[in-house]
Amino acid sequence: MAIFVDESTRVIVQGLTGGQGRFHGVRNRDYGTKIVGGVTPGKGGEDVEGIPVFDTVKDAVAATGATASFVCVPPRAATAAILEAAEAGIDFVVCITEGIPAHDEARCYNQLVEGFPATRLLGPNCPGVISPGRCNIGITSGDIALPGGPVGIVSRSGTLTYQALHELSAKGVGQTTCVGIGGDPVPGTNFIDCLAAFEADPETRAVMMIGEIGGSEEERAAGWIREHMTKPVVAYVAGVTAPPGRKMGHAGAIISGSKGTAQAKMEALASAGVTVARNPTEAGERMVDVVRSL
Amino acid sequence: MDLFEYQGKQYFARFGIPTSPGGVAETVDEAVAAAQAAGFPCVIKAQVKVGGRGKAGGIKLAATPEEARAHAAAILGMDIKGHVVRRVWVERASDIAAEYYAGFTLDRPNKVHLGMLSAQGGVEIEDVAATNPDAIARLSIDPVRGLDLETARRWVAEAELDPAVREATAALLCDLYRCYDEGDCDLAEINPLIVTTDGRVHALDAKVTLDDNATFRHPEWAEFAATETEDPREQLAKQKGLTYIGLDGTVGIIANGAGLAMSTLDVVNQAGGSAANFLDIGGGANADVMSAALEVINTDPKVRSIFVNIFGGITRVDEVAKGVLAALERVKIAAPIVLRLDGTNAEAGRALLEPHLSDRLIASPTMLEAAERAVALAGG
Repeated sequence: MAIFVDESTRVIVQGLTGGQGRFHGVRNRDYGTKIVGGVTPGKGGEDVEGIPVFDTVKDAVAATGATASFVCVPPRAATAAILEAAEAGIDFVVCITEGIPAHDEARCYNQLVEGFPATRLLGPNCPGVISPGRCNIGITSGDIALPGGPVGIVSRSGTLTYQALHELSAKGVGQTTCVGIGGDPVPGTNFIDCLAAFEADPETRAVMMIGEIGGSEEERAAGWIREHMTKPVVAYVAGVTAPPGRKMGHAGAIISGSKGTAQAKMEALASAGVTVARNPTEAGERMVDVVRSL
Repeated sequence: MDLFEYQGKQYFARFGIPTSPGGVAETVDEAVAAAQAAGFPCVIKAQVKVGGRGKAGGIKLAATPEEARAHAAAILGMDIKGHVVRRVWVERASDIAAEYYAGFTLDRPNKVHLGMLSAQGGVEIEDVAATNPDAIARLSIDPVRGLDLETARRWVAEAELDPAVREATAALLCDLYRCYDEGDCDLAEINPLIVTTDGRVHALDAKVTLDDNATFRHPEWAEFAATETEDPREQLAKQKGLTYIGLDGTVGIIANGAGLAMSTLDVVNQAGGSAANFLDIGGGANADVMSAALEVINTDPKVRSIFVNIFGGITRVDEVAKGVLAALERVKIAAPIVLRLDGTNAEAGRALLEPHLSDRLIASPTMLEAAERAVALAGG
């Protein structure tokens, strides 16, 4: 088993005919993901390297039986694309788009919660999700992941998600699923959603969690871990040396007062029984120790 | 993007929020003229994007043109917490009967908008929040439904504002919410929101942060962007689409993604060095962007080594390698470069660099090793 996606997941790519959509959609298919179609309004009937393109998500779902969508469209069209997928009955939407206005994200999130509670959104502004050897939706390079488990990864930072996969794979530790939740102000899926899914997944036996400065998601995750998590967690929080009070290119990465600092997050996690590492490499090493002792 | 107070008030005015008439001035003479136009007594306020202006002596009351001249001369050029005052805002002084606080921002944990309203504005609102949290009436607002006048009426009653001004304040709060929502603000805050002795409600200050991601649908923001006083290196970086923040150390940092860039700062620090900057080339950067990043760092004389830390996802490592080679061809890069490249198309990227490797261009297999190398080259 894995969480969110596996070999049975049937995926369409919204924006398949664009530059990024084509590159990553085809790459996801080459990895073995069941990419069953693409959606670009006005381009229905065409194909991208053999992947059929439809005008609407509804048409694509009717023709292919897709259950998941990979949204790879520009910021101004992204939230409409997410909602179109939800309306068409897609139950898992991955949106990698960076630069969506915060108010659009907040509106879209609440529209999903109120109108389409069965649809899970991952992102926006995230690298996606990979269940190694089974399914890869998003922009992660599949060859850095190692199938077979037993570790689940959840990360708020894009490139640190890859770094975490790389650290584990290089040490021969496989992954069940790696989820990049993204660092935007209103993420569709948060740490706790992923921790709960990993806790319930029998194949996942330990979890690596990568956080960063800003907000309070790591502190909330620490509270959840203390109450509910029976599996060991190793964490790294980026930004210990970040200068305070400056925006660091992520809407999420803003320090406000003492709350939201890497130090405060690390202390909260440590007090919840999480093994806290100082850098991604050390996190990989600690996880090797954890896996050995399972 | 944070706005200056006067820009925030201009932005408020678009949504019908009342403010005092006044003028902005960059010189003492302009300030005196603005004071005469506003009438006396008037207030001369330093325009800096930092709190605590009043305590720093950046806000003064002038009863005569001579006083206006003296205060403007003292405030223009003043340094407030590292921000040099280049402009003052001059407005007619208000007769204040009460000072309230009102603000809207995103409630991230609950994924809704949050309105905050207090009858105890003006003073340090953060102290009020800490010592007497009940004095702030909080309102959760569903981003889909927004704020209607009925809800705003209940809200001003709950905040126990003066009954005489509740209706006017409720209407103003609806306008402020529209400014926050349609105006794509991360923060829209008025402190103090005043009641004048003749019973009018209006904004005596304005704190507005605009959401940079919404710039594409706000052509009117261009005038605000034009006054952003940034470090020239930060300005150059922004033109090139890079996120650059200058720091005090000697190791120049280039990474893709804010998380990896922050982590790179962390490992440089753990290796005993210190970063000269934070530089995120963003997702999907091409050769031009990478080359621009090296050129930006090259203009910083503090930099003694450069650590390029790339893990390609949407960014393709061969593009990064091409950018490094292009920069080396175009300009003389003063400091040695240590590269750590992994991820999408990493092998192609490493192969491109291979023939050019030297003691000035060093490839390192891991992030920690690269950090140690870069710190050693910078002299620790």
